[in-house]
Amino acid sequence: MQAMLLFAQPSGRTGAAANLAAWTAYMDAMRTAGVMRGGQRLAAPDAATTLRLKDGVRHVQDGPYADSPEQLGGFVVIEVPDMAAAVEWAARCPGAIDGAVEIRPLLPPPA
Amino acid sequence: MSAAQAAEQAAEQAARGAYGRLVALLAARTGDVAAAEDALSDAFQSALRHWPGTGVPDRPEAWLLTVARRRLGHARRHRGVADGARVALEWLATPDSPVELPDRRLQLMLVCAHSAIAAEARAPLMLQTVLGLDAARIASCYLASPAAMAQRLVRAKARIRTAGIPFELPGPEALPTRLSSVLEGIYGAYGTGWADVSGADAAVRGLAEEAIWLARVVVALSPEPEARGLLAMMLHAEARRPARRSGDGAYVPLSQQDTALWSRPLMAEAEALLREAARAGTLGRFQLEAAIQSFHISARLTGQRADGALLALYDALADIAPTAGVLVARAAALAEAGHPAAARTALDALGPELAQHQPWWATRARVMALLGDASGAREAARRAAALTEDPAVRAFLLAGLFQPA
Amino acid sequence: MEYVMLFAETPAERGRRETQDAPVYWGAWTAYMEALQAAGVMRGGAGLLPPEAGTTLRLRGAERLVQTGPFADSQEQLGGYVLLDVPNLDAALEWAARAPCAGAGAVEIRPILSAGG
Repeated sequence: MQAMLLFAQPSGRTGAAANLAAWTAYMDAMRTAGVMRGGQRLAAPDAATTLRLKDGVRHVQDGPYADSPEQLGGFVVIEVPDMAAAVEWAARCPGAIDGAVEIRPLLPPPA
Repeated sequence: MSAAQAAEQAAEQAARGAYGRLVALLAARTGDVAAAEDALSDAFQSALRHWPGTGVPDRPEAWLLTVARRRLGHARRHRGVADGARVALEWLATPDSPVELPDRRLQLMLVCAHSAIAAEARAPLMLQTVLGLDAARIASCYLASPAAMAQRLVRAKARIRTAGIPFELPGPEALPTRLSSVLEGIYGAYGTGWADVSGADAAVRGLAEEAIWLARVVVALSPEPEARGLLAMMLHAEARRPARRSGDGAYVPLSQQDTALWSRPLMAEAEALLREAARAGTLGRFQLEAAIQSFHISARLTGQRADGALLALYDALADIAPTAGVLVARAAALAEAGHPAAARTALDALGPELAQHQPWWATRARVMALLGDASGAREAARRAAALTEDPAVRAFLLAGLFQPA
Repeated sequence: MEYVMLFAETPAERGRRETQDAPVYWGAWTAYMEALQAAGVMRGGAGLLPPEAGTTLRLRGAERLVQTGPFADSQEQLGGYVLLDVPNLDAALEWAARAPCAGAGAVEIRPILSAGG
């Protein structure tokens, strides 16, 4: 199965500079294990722009769509045998210590 | 005058006249307003150091631009921006002193008023980047702390760069919408000046002059009729500023102002702008508001009321912009046109949501007085006075001066 | 510039996947993805199973806290993403406005950090 690991950071903390080494090691481990299918580091929520259409009219908002205490900072897509394996990879994430990792299965490709 | 003083004066003049042009040129190239401002500030420092020795260059603006560009290229290389070297090379290849510097201030204003910039940051951002006002000055006009305003501005500038807001003129189909956001920002900035009409203290005169300056830039750089409408409206209001207070500081309503105190040149300029806007044949909110002002003052100047035309303008305005302010003003126009009962009905229809709206109560006081309900008028006037921040207006309301003579 | 478009859906919009409306729902997304691909602006992307199919993990001290569901307790939830390569934010906003969830949820546009940035 393919799953997305969403790395959520406590808001107000931008970038992972403090433990960059830990993140690099984590990403390298996923690459070495051959599970990594892709991933992105996102700019801080401050750089986000959100668009909604209300009755066909554009409403553009400065900031992310969710006003939550933790904000998405990046994600990877991994290929693993099952959900348990995905959870194990999530548990090795340096960001799980002060933030959260959400594991979400990808939609299966159309039959 | 010493060389140092001459240099300082030349740098200051260049700063005032060219600040926005230079920021716009620099930022349009890199998408980074904050870096452009920093580089320009370095260039001004450099000018103050060099000009006393070398004399003020023939074209100070071009000199400042060249120095700022080098600073910017240098800063970018240091920051390790991947394309820093490319930009630096490109700039070194650009002739240092093009005969005429292109004016990108409209692009800069469109960026500042972009929908992706928080609405409350748009006008402050224009005031800072186009006019070079500092955060403390802007903060004082928006009743914000200087620190909070500075932070708001820093954050907005960072967003321009990180979110990738482009310094491009949108196509003709998108331009009016994008410009309307610029005009809204200018109107808001003007409003901060209008609120403290006392104007006795220059420091609290708000941003009226700055807003007019910004509107002049838009008018100079775009054919948009609404920009002309906005500038006309502000000039009309500005023309009457000296008459809005009596010698002892008391509030004077338009109907009682000394028309000799109105500025004829500002009024003439406003009328010319309004005619120019009308030639485009597209009606808009600001043109209508300016036209309403124009009718009000010409009624005072000629003694010829044009109630029907005025009401038609208010109706058109209420169609486009049915804001509380517009609807209340429309009710007031109804009352003055001899239809106080209809005005009361219109006010009642707006009633519940506007319990804290000063103009609603002030208009109601006038309407009740016209209907001959003295006690109802007094009660409404007291409510209006309680909602009024300006002591002169409060005094006017409590003294019952809104009553028909 | 490279951006990620995060597609956020309301529960009602997401629920359309499970109703008779599903073909219309998927049809709109397919058409949108095809348009992105045809324009050559898409660098990748994926759709996600609903948030109920997700698990969120936090490490607190020696403890591993695992909960079902998404990390954010928000009404709108991520339903998928697309990596977009366009000149600037205005171009990204144009694509965001065409997303099927723009009218029933939100599209967040977030620049991605380049490797060195």
